[in-house]
Amino acid sequence: MVRILPTASGERGARIELAEVEAALLASLAQQLVDLVGVPDEPAADPLAALVGIDPHAAPSEDPAVLRLLPDAFVDDDEASAEFRRFTERDLRERKSRDARAVAADVTTSAEGGVVLDLTGERLANWLGMFNDARLVLGSRLGITDDSHDELADLAPDDSRAPLVELYGWLTYVQDGIVQQLLEPPA
Amino acid sequence: MSVAPAEIVQPETVVTTERAWITIVWNDPVNLMSYVTYVFMEYFHYDRAMAEKLMMDVHEKGRAVVSSGTREEMERDVTAMHGYGLWATMQRDD
Repeated sequence: MVRILPTASGERGARIELAEVEAALLASLAQQLVDLVGVPDEPAADPLAALVGIDPHAAPSEDPAVLRLLPDAFVDDDEASAEFRRFTERDLRERKSRDARAVAADVTTSAEGGVVLDLTGERLANWLGMFNDARLVLGSRLGITDDSHDELADLAPDDSRAPLVELYGWLTYVQDGIVQQLLEPPA
Repeated sequence: MSVAPAEIVQPETVVTTERAWITIVWNDPVNLMSYVTYVFMEYFHYDRAMAEKLMMDVHEKGRAVVSSGTREEMERDVTAMHGYGLWATMQRDD
C-alpha cells in the first residue's frame, strides 16, 4: 500500500512508496491522460504558428472532462475565450501531457517490486499536476458534485462506478498526502 | 534595433488603469482545499494565512479574486491556474 513520507534528504517535497500494482495502475492512468489531452501527433497546418505555440483551430472540447482541463478563460465572452485558447491551449496541453508522461516514466522504469521515489523540484510539479488532472477527469466522468460525495462513498460493490470511485479516492489520498508534506514540512 | 518609421502614431490615450483586470478562481467539487492553498502559496507567493483565506473564500463563496493587474499579467495568471488545474477566469475589474 502507498505510503507518503518526508523526503530522505530533507529537501522540500515528499517520498512516495508504491506497491507494484499501484505503480502499474498509475502508469496506465497517466497514459490515458496523455491520450486525452496530448497535442495530436499530426503535422501542424501552420508550422510557424505551432512553433510559437499558437493553435488556430483550438476550440472548446465537447468532452466535459477535457473542457475542465482546458477551460474557457472568460465567463461571458466567447470571442475573448476563443482567442485566449488559440494562444495558450497548445502549451497547456503540452504541459499536461508532459506531466503525465513524466509520471508514467517514473513508475515504469523501476516498477518491479514497487516504486520508491523522492518527489522534489520538477518531478514534484509533474506528479502534483498529473494527480490533479487525473482527479479532475475522474470527477467529471463520475459526475462528482458537492452533493454527490456521500452517495458515491456509499455505492453498492457491484455498481459499475465503484472501481472508478475507489481509484478517485486513492488519488485523493495520495495527492493530499503529498501536499500535506509541503504545507507542513517536518521541523 | 530598427528605427521606428516617423508615421507611426501613438495611441491617443491609455484609458486602462494599471490594475484594471482581475483573475477569479471558482469553486469546484474536485480540487482539494489543501492543494488550492498550496497553489496560492506556490504561484502567488502568498503566505499561509492569506492563501487559506482565499481558499476558504473560493470554497464558501464560490469564487475569489486572487490577483489583479494588467490584462497581460492576468493572462499569465489564468494560464498558470489552468496549468495547476484550478478553474480560473479573468475579467475587467468593474
